[in-house]
Amino acid sequence: MKQNSRLATEIAGIKMKTPVMTASGTFGFGEEFSEFVDLNQIGAIVVKGTTLKPRSGNTGVRIAETPSGMLNCIGLENPGIEYFLTDILPRISHYDAPIIVNISGSSVEEYGILAKKLDIPEIAAIELNISCPNVKEGGIIFGTDPLSAAAVVKEAKKNTKKPVIAKLSPNVTDIVVMAKAVEEAGADVISMINTLLGMAININSWKPVLGNVTGGLSGPAVKPIALRMVWQVAQAVHIPIIGMGGIMKAEDAIEFFLAGASAVAVGTANFVNPSAAEDVAKGIIKYLEKKNVEHISQLVGQLKCN
Amino acid sequence: MPKIAMDVVVLENKHLSDDVKELIVYAPDIAKQAMPGQFVHLKVIKSEPLLRRPISIASVDEAKGTLSLIYRIVGKGTAAIADLKAENQVNCLGPLGHGFDLTCKRPLLIGGGMGIAPLIFLAQRLCPATTSILMGGRNKAELFWQKRYEGLVNEIFITTDDGSLGVKGFTVTLLPELLKTKQYDRIFVCGPEIMMAGVAKIAQSHGVACQVSLEKHMACGLGACLSCTCESKDGSKRKKVCKDGPVFWAQEVF
Repeated sequence: MKQNSRLATEIAGIKMKTPVMTASGTFGFGEEFSEFVDLNQIGAIVVKGTTLKPRSGNTGVRIAETPSGMLNCIGLENPGIEYFLTDILPRISHYDAPIIVNISGSSVEEYGILAKKLDIPEIAAIELNISCPNVKEGGIIFGTDPLSAAAVVKEAKKNTKKPVIAKLSPNVTDIVVMAKAVEEAGADVISMINTLLGMAININSWKPVLGNVTGGLSGPAVKPIALRMVWQVAQAVHIPIIGMGGIMKAEDAIEFFLAGASAVAVGTANFVNPSAAEDVAKGIIKYLEKKNVEHISQLVGQLKCN
Repeated sequence: MPKIAMDVVVLENKHLSDDVKELIVYAPDIAKQAMPGQFVHLKVIKSEPLLRRPISIASVDEAKGTLSLIYRIVGKGTAAIADLKAENQVNCLGPLGHGFDLTCKRPLLIGGGMGIAPLIFLAQRLCPATTSILMGGRNKAELFWQKRYEGLVNEIFITTDDGSLGVKGFTVTLLPELLKTKQYDRIFVCGPEIMMAGVAKIAQSHGVACQVSLEKHMACGLGACLSCTCESKDGSKRKKVCKDGPVFWAQEVF
């Protein structure tokens, strides 16, 4: 895919050839997909959630398919920040796609330490995972309380000059409260939504399907909820939004732009179609050409409710 | 050679038993690259089920450009695959994973249940005069595989849980005797995890190198989602069944 002027996007200083990124946890470190997508052409690579120490994740069954979606309870398995910096980053930093690192801490301080370690030229931005539903400490605890969320954002901002993206959890009563809290704390961008907490039961064994009992729901099943939340938050904040949740094809992505997202991320779709990030971008170009729209930004928040 | 995700044509999808079917697809590029022990990740081209299903490659016909995929119908995913008819298309991603190490002289293949399927492809790539297979199943009806191995192996040993065919018991019941009387220099095992762990233990005590083929739920098949990782027993990092495996040396994972 050649660079297309209709798609070039910049949010909070992150320059991207297309506004189609990959969602953390669904695209490994990018290199796993290098045979299927041109990593020089996608919007950005958001790498697997990274923690200070290596984590082995949850035991037992980690995924289950559900109607139009899937549950996962991986539990933040990752090799740790040091291994990422020394072994993985040198292998992927030569690609044109900006690298955004998703970080997860078990304390406010840990987010600061991680942010500082990533304040290096190879990294384009930092995404704060305050919404992982599958770990006991950290993650979602910070994402369901506005004061904790704000504290994490402030700590990260204090420790890095990189743009800070706060990834919001949908597992809250009012996501607008959370969005406003992270905006006020200094977040440069909001990404939303993380997975919805769910579960599945095996009626033969009377046991949960997932090893961790509950897991995060993603895929087309969550798209209506994600869209509604992006639309609500877009009216309430002034910082850009990266919209995600069940985007499988260009038409899904366009809905997110109309709802108010400035960029989108494909997640579960990568598991089904490893070329999804590129295919969605190509589809958006076709749509813009057909609609005679010069640039993707002209769609952002253009939903007509009356 | 790069991995491929492409729509391929179904040539045949026939029952081998009540709940086991064989799907034959025309996929010359994948057939050319495939190695025994590798798998393909199938996506039925309709909205449901959402995710792909990993199916081991049971055999390859390079001349015809076809892959044989033998599977048991266990859930919605395999039921959807079972519905495919000749001339339908299915999206096929592969070949994926790392297969068996073929550098051996007198191998014994051990298959349990559906684990017998991928060993056909393995036997195709080994020398028939020096290769044997030990297959185990619950009963005679489950062991319809002998014809498939005609001309591919020198000896076939059979065990059934109920004694309706071959020796009564499990593959591990017969294995120690086989290792005592025959001169195997490699064991390849594919089947239920508990059986593979048992075989690995016996192989180790007899000093025979053993490779196992693991099966796990997986989403991407490319090493990204981490749904299928398992603990390694050799002190190294966690293993990705889809990418580091599905075939491992026994001591890596048991």
